[in-house]
Amino acid sequence: MIDLLYILAISLIFLGIFCNLAASVGLFYFPDVYTRMHATGVVDTLGTGLILIGLMLLSGWGNALGKLLLILLFTLLTSPTISYVLANTALKRVPADTNEGSECPANSEGEGSSNH
Amino acid sequence: MTVFVIISLRDLFASIILMGVYGLFSASFFALMDAVDVALTEAAVGIAVSILLLLSTLSFTGRAEKKSRQKPFLALIIVFFTGALLVYGTFDLPPFGSATSPAHQHVASYYINESYGETGVANLVSSVLASYRGFDTLGELVVIFTAGVGVISLLSTSQKALKTNGTTNKLVAPMTTHHILRIVSKMLIPFIMLYALYVQFHSDFGPGGGFQAGAIFASALILYTLMFGLQATLAITSQSWLKFFAALGVLLFAGTGIISMLQQHNYLNYNVLASDPIQGQHLGILLVELGVGITVTAVLFQLFISFTGYMLNIRRPA
Repeated sequence: MIDLLYILAISLIFLGIFCNLAASVGLFYFPDVYTRMHATGVVDTLGTGLILIGLMLLSGWGNALGKLLLILLFTLLTSPTISYVLANTALKRVPADTNEGSECPANSEGEGSSNH
Repeated sequence: MTVFVIISLRDLFASIILMGVYGLFSASFFALMDAVDVALTEAAVGIAVSILLLLSTLSFTGRAEKKSRQKPFLALIIVFFTGALLVYGTFDLPPFGSATSPAHQHVASYYINESYGETGVANLVSSVLASYRGFDTLGELVVIFTAGVGVISLLSTSQKALKTNGTTNKLVAPMTTHHILRIVSKMLIPFIMLYALYVQFHSDFGPGGGFQAGAIFASALILYTLMFGLQATLAITSQSWLKFFAALGVLLFAGTGIISMLQQHNYLNYNVLASDPIQGQHLGILLVELGVGITVTAVLFQLFISFTGYMLNIRRPA
């Protein structure tokens, strides 16, 4: 039974690492600010959440569990908010009436997104 | 690598964000080297407050770096040569983390063995910072206070000007249209302040201390100012109270030393603050860290308000 918990925790952590890696790869592949925000905002939160849940399973009952739970709640609250704020600012700075997707004016200003 | 990109970029906004990324890397490798207190301080000060202040500076310098006409090759050669000499000098240092290096021999082993017995504080970093090296920490605190005084003397704005301009100027208006951000900030600001107090008073047992706590509390106040406008924040913390609190922290720290002197002992000798030396050390470390936290909070927030006031005075649109 203890082994099952261990295996589950390790697999969740690896899944979380893979999600974060996928988000970073998406950061390079996607052509536009908005698609990049979609990739990093959603998948990064999921990856961090999975890593935290895996760590919670590994930590057992104690102080660390409560602290990890609080960190998870904080991440779930703030990470989507930050993605929303960045995307909203990008929208306000450059109107998204680009019909060509790739060579967007959204890229040319070097917005404050966490890309570069 | 990040540093090279920061130097070569012309867009200052992107450079500042990259400095935040550099701060994140610094905090990560501090944490990897088991220096968690330093990592916490780097994350709180070097990323949160420092980047905020740099961004508010950006609002009155403009976003692009001016193209410099001359290429100072001689300076580059001299700097490169000096840097190479310095790196050559580091070849004589003992290997990283070796147990026989002098830094780990003389005083460090004394601290590790005797610290808990003499001060009763479990966190070694806290006891060394506040008790064994209390003078250095007092010096750091006075440096922070002096920086605050310098900024106030250069960039001071009267309270009345801040309040009247704060309502009309668009730059410091509350963000009323960002509904989601306002709601999330309203939820989080009390917890950020609570976390700052936790970091302040928990420094006996875990990573923490006055500097980190002050930076976290100041960033909570700055978040409130960004969301709800300068007007609302000045109703809570007027500038004179901030100056008072900045001085109060230094007074608290230095005054603890004076109390020790009044008992005919050395300056900043905490053993005499209570009947039992260990209780005295506890009390001394608590008071000293409290002083540090109060001053750091007040000075960092005062810096932010000074920059904002300067921005209002020159009335430059974003």
